[in-house]
Amino acid sequence: MTALDFSTTLGNAWFPAPTFTASGCASSGRELSQFFDIKTMGGVVTKSVMLKARNGRATPRMAETPSGMLNSIGLQGPGIDAFLAKDVPFLVEQKARIIISIAGETVEEYSTLARKLRSVSGISAIEVNISCPNVENRGLVFACDPEASRRVIDGVRRTIGGELPIIAKLSPDVTDLVSIAKGVVEAGADGLALINTVLGMVINLDTLRPHLGGKTGGLSGPAIKPIAVRAVYQVHAEMPQVPILGMGGISSGRDALEMIAAGASGVSIGTASFGNPTAIKSIQNELKDLLVAKGFTSLRQAIGYAHRPESE
Amino acid sequence: MAGINKNAAQIRANIVSNKRVGQYHQLIINIGDLAQSCRPGNFVAINVGGENSRMVLRRAFAISRVSANSVSGGTMELIVAPHGQGSKWLCAQVEGAILDIVVPLGTAFGIPTEPVQVLLVGGGYGSAPLFGLAEVLNAKGCRVDMLLGASTASKIYAPMEGKRAVNSLRIYTEDGSMGQTGRVTEPIAGLIQDLNIAVIYSCGPMAMLSAIDEITRGTDVVHQCAVEESMACGIGICMTCVLPVADSEGNISMLRSCIDGPVMDGSFVQWDKVGKAL
Repeated sequence: MTALDFSTTLGNAWFPAPTFTASGCASSGRELSQFFDIKTMGGVVTKSVMLKARNGRATPRMAETPSGMLNSIGLQGPGIDAFLAKDVPFLVEQKARIIISIAGETVEEYSTLARKLRSVSGISAIEVNISCPNVENRGLVFACDPEASRRVIDGVRRTIGGELPIIAKLSPDVTDLVSIAKGVVEAGADGLALINTVLGMVINLDTLRPHLGGKTGGLSGPAIKPIAVRAVYQVHAEMPQVPILGMGGISSGRDALEMIAAGASGVSIGTASFGNPTAIKSIQNELKDLLVAKGFTSLRQAIGYAHRPESE
Repeated sequence: MAGINKNAAQIRANIVSNKRVGQYHQLIINIGDLAQSCRPGNFVAINVGGENSRMVLRRAFAISRVSANSVSGGTMELIVAPHGQGSKWLCAQVEGAILDIVVPLGTAFGIPTEPVQVLLVGGGYGSAPLFGLAEVLNAKGCRVDMLLGASTASKIYAPMEGKRAVNSLRIYTEDGSMGQTGRVTEPIAGLIQDLNIAVIYSCGPMAMLSAIDEITRGTDVVHQCAVEESMACGIGICMTCVLPVADSEGNISMLRSCIDGPVMDGSFVQWDKVGKAL
């Protein structure tokens, strides 16, 4: 059997495998660790943590849709201090590699969160989830506003210094994703996480009203996979040097390879873990077998393969 | 924050039998040694629809009873109402079919250390786990009385053999088609007095659980209820099945009914805030 180099990098962070949890889809890793050894995957991307504890939205918070689901959680979480005290030590103890996802309501809140992470050891990277409403700008989502996106990343970069890689998580609900991606990279992002959920709605036919407590929700699962593959492809085409963590409906090794060929250096698995707690393990094994079967000796050779000219 | 049920494991399990019982299906599933770690109140999360299904989420079902020493190895019994796409698929599976399941999940009903008088209240097919619970309580020497209610007779689940462990069983239907006409919660206040009830165990729709809480509030009666919230994962990672629950200091937070429940102390659940943002 051919030896396969399965490792990947996001900025200066190295990971033994290209498979990650998706933020908000693994709580903080504790639950999944009952089903498999979480240090065997690339890393845990934690649920996006905010400065203060937050209860999130009213129920119902989810609706299953064809090949997908809508969720409207509203970033429920313990707040950064409790998170650093309780959740991070567990992950460190498990020897998992950790990407901490942060979310804020103001540019300043993101910087404050970054300041709190500066002295925490055992973190591989920071994911900056900018798909949150900006309270300083009529609730417009940061990720839909190129200037606000840039300011958030710039603030985090200045606070955190040059060492820790910053991965900006972008929303697909924009007209020109590439220009937003370019903006955050210029502002100091080392990598991009593509894509966040797609905004959707389900009407409950008993009440003839929106089903979710939060009315709208984020669509995830296989239903959005082609959107994610397109987003990764378009951004990689313009900025092939910027590492991308690809996500959106990946539920098999084949899905993961599609995303990698489109330009992703790693993949995050979210909704698939809801349906199958060992999905990440299976996807990892299937992806390895596929890469070997296709004659690759390293994961790196497959990244962005879809962009090569036909003749190669 | 509580953790996931320590005995939970993902296994492939085969269906030993699938029988129609009135409006419901009784499924017996072989789960081997895991049957020994299942407690009344625990639930199972089942992958539905087969490999190319467009249903991406697991379905959660209460375990109604387990048998550790059955001829086919340890088994669990589920009572399933085929009303959604996932439950219809499950009810259509034949004997010998293999299911991908995660079991046991969630909290269990607390069993009193002393033999006391207990009342079990079930609504619709929510009554199923109460029969397994009644057996455990009966074996502890508790006097078990049971109330079952539903909108109509066909929605009452009350198997003959389940009645052996109960001292009395009263049935209520809203349309009067079986037992007494009315709601199952109507006689509770009187029974607490007459029978000197120490614990009420309940399982059924949220409105019923909330009504029982109103009756027990301010009394010494402990109310252990199994809540129902729609879940995407059943293992604590999706944060969708939350309920507002107070801790002993009165701080209210959104707890996951798959991890901190389904069995909760009814007096801590903030019934008036269910379905609202805190």
